[in-house]
Amino acid sequence: MSYWEFLGEYGIRFVSGAIVTAEQTVPASALAIGIPVVFGLMRLSRSFVIRSAAIAYIEFFRGTSLLVQLYWIFFVLPLFGLTLEKFAAGFIAVGMNLGAYGAEVVRGAIRSVPHGQTEAAIALNLSPATRMRRIILPQALLIMLPPWGNLLIELLKGTALVSLISVADLMFAARQVNGSTFLSAQAFGTALIVYYVMARLVVTPAMRATERVMASRLGRT
Amino acid sequence: MPEPIAAQPKVRLDRVTKRYGDLVVLDQLSMDVAPNEMISIIGPSGSGKTTILRLLMTLEQVTDGIISIDGEPLTHMPKNGGLAPANRAHLRRMRTKIGMCFQHFNLFPHMTALQNCIEGPIQVLGMSKVEATARAMDLLAMVGLEEKAGEHPVRLSGGQKQRVAIARALAMRPEVLLLDEVTSALDPEVIGEVLQVIRGLNKKYDLTILMVTHQMGFAKEISDRVVFIYEGKVEEAGAPDQIFGDPTSERTRQFLSAVLEAG
Amino acid sequence: MLDWRWDFAFEVLPRLLLATLNTLMAAGLGYGIALVVGLVFALAQRTRYRLVTAIARESVEFIRSTPLVLQIFFVFYVFPQFGIRLSPWTAGMIAIGLHYASYLSEVYRGGLESVPRGQWEACTALNLGTARTYFRIIVPQALPPALPGMGNYLVGIFKDTPMLSVIGVAELMHTANAIGSESYRFLETYTMVGLLFLLISLPAAAGLRAFEAWVRRAFGLSR
Repeated sequence: MSYWEFLGEYGIRFVSGAIVTAEQTVPASALAIGIPVVFGLMRLSRSFVIRSAAIAYIEFFRGTSLLVQLYWIFFVLPLFGLTLEKFAAGFIAVGMNLGAYGAEVVRGAIRSVPHGQTEAAIALNLSPATRMRRIILPQALLIMLPPWGNLLIELLKGTALVSLISVADLMFAARQVNGSTFLSAQAFGTALIVYYVMARLVVTPAMRATERVMASRLGRT
Repeated sequence: MPEPIAAQPKVRLDRVTKRYGDLVVLDQLSMDVAPNEMISIIGPSGSGKTTILRLLMTLEQVTDGIISIDGEPLTHMPKNGGLAPANRAHLRRMRTKIGMCFQHFNLFPHMTALQNCIEGPIQVLGMSKVEATARAMDLLAMVGLEEKAGEHPVRLSGGQKQRVAIARALAMRPEVLLLDEVTSALDPEVIGEVLQVIRGLNKKYDLTILMVTHQMGFAKEISDRVVFIYEGKVEEAGAPDQIFGDPTSERTRQFLSAVLEAG
Repeated sequence: MLDWRWDFAFEVLPRLLLATLNTLMAAGLGYGIALVVGLVFALAQRTRYRLVTAIARESVEFIRSTPLVLQIFFVFYVFPQFGIRLSPWTAGMIAIGLHYASYLSEVYRGGLESVPRGQWEACTALNLGTARTYFRIIVPQALPPALPGMGNYLVGIFKDTPMLSVIGVAELMHTANAIGSESYRFLETYTMVGLLFLLISLPAAAGLRAFEAWVRRAFGLSR
């Protein structure tokens, strides 16, 4: 069977798999962007309790494996009376895991805004909240965008693990096709290429465009 | 054309041109430096002063023209009756005659002052560690930093770093020493200690020195000759008293009055 | 609701601890491969030959942009298709080693690029050769800024080893799955696996920070 015949016969399975991967990636990204904003700010809070809670979350999710977290959420959480359907368990695990890494990116970006900016804002008598919202965060946003591009690619790659709890994503499709055809190079190779295309031709250009828009809005270009 | 000197010049630049794309930095510049001469190169920023030193150190390649040391081409070598760009071996051989100190010192931060000074002698000149250390200590003593030999650069002041850099360059026993704005990155109060080290260096170590500087008073006091560079060419060259006292070129006059007024 | 059974936890703990040794070995071996191959990737991107540079660059991008778990399957199943049988361990080490080599090559590259140009120029002025310039001057300065990244990926490879369970490498996750399917007790098993990872990766990360600080001082790069 030529590769083109292979694609003709099984291509549709990869397409529907890729759609599920995208459906996992979008809500996981929303989580992975929302969590860091909250926890990144909590991490910089002056209250010891708030700061500790944020540190505990971040260290726990960064200190263990995504796969362990996924299994724990899917197999152990039901024992606490919280049963998640596999699709939801998948993107929640991926989103919470990457969110912990994102929180560190947010914190680092906020801290790398020059201290003179804070001092100037104080000199203008802006309130702490206004300082953060109007002066520090917009500048931090520009600094954190490039690392976010890398994190979103990590997230996309991370969604491949949801196939291990039987979510029918791209990875799952590749394993199924491999199982029924034994054409491993074609099956896994095709999936590799589709992931690569999604990462380099969708995620990366989207992030670059966002960086450009933000930079011109903030008058940096 | 360079004026013929009776004796062989130590350094000769013969119609040297350096271009970066459309930007002409040096424009057919010619200049001779006699053995043991102490030359100060002055001129407005962007005139190409530093480029002359960087070409001599082979950090950059000439676009056109020939540089020679002791009559031997520096960046070219004879081949089939003509001249071809020099290969690595030729460059390495020619570089043994030249040493350089930089505006920002470029000391190796992971090595102590002493290690900075013995690295080259041991690795390149093949000196024994004992001999290299003894010579380096003499040089560090000469620049007044014997007691700082074991310190890393991060613990030295700017003036001390530059004095170590001078000792490091001298440790390689160069015949030509290039000093590239060695006081420009220094706080005003430590400039004196570095200038004090440079004074008389050419006599003491049998050196030919080319110094790019903004310290006009110092240039006037210690140079055998001062060269004023303007837009990539030698605008005027002569004895310090003549250049500073009675410049023939209007541009030299304007530059000097602007600099001396500001200083 | 929750019936955590301590007796069960203590019963399976030895098996989990033993499997942890396999996990550590997998991480160590994989990292060793990644350190060496990563250097090859990084240096290949600095050669004068455009084609070599482009191939190295694209390979690194490809490996970095695709999921490790898929690469593990790929290596494990594709080689037999061409008549080369790989044990789960061999296939796993190739996949995870190459994956992290692509990360480490970026770390190396960043480290080399962080050395100021003046350092290269000083080496020219002292007439040091290429090899000496690299090993005596450039690498010692490129290493400290590269260490945090190298440390992160050491902890990272350790946390990615559970993916090796999918092709049957008997590391911690694989053992936990086996215990789970024998006993149907997931609570203790997966919780202990999580704790074991935390107990190793958090101190390891702290230890690496201390090591970085020590190296910076030892190299005289900070007071």
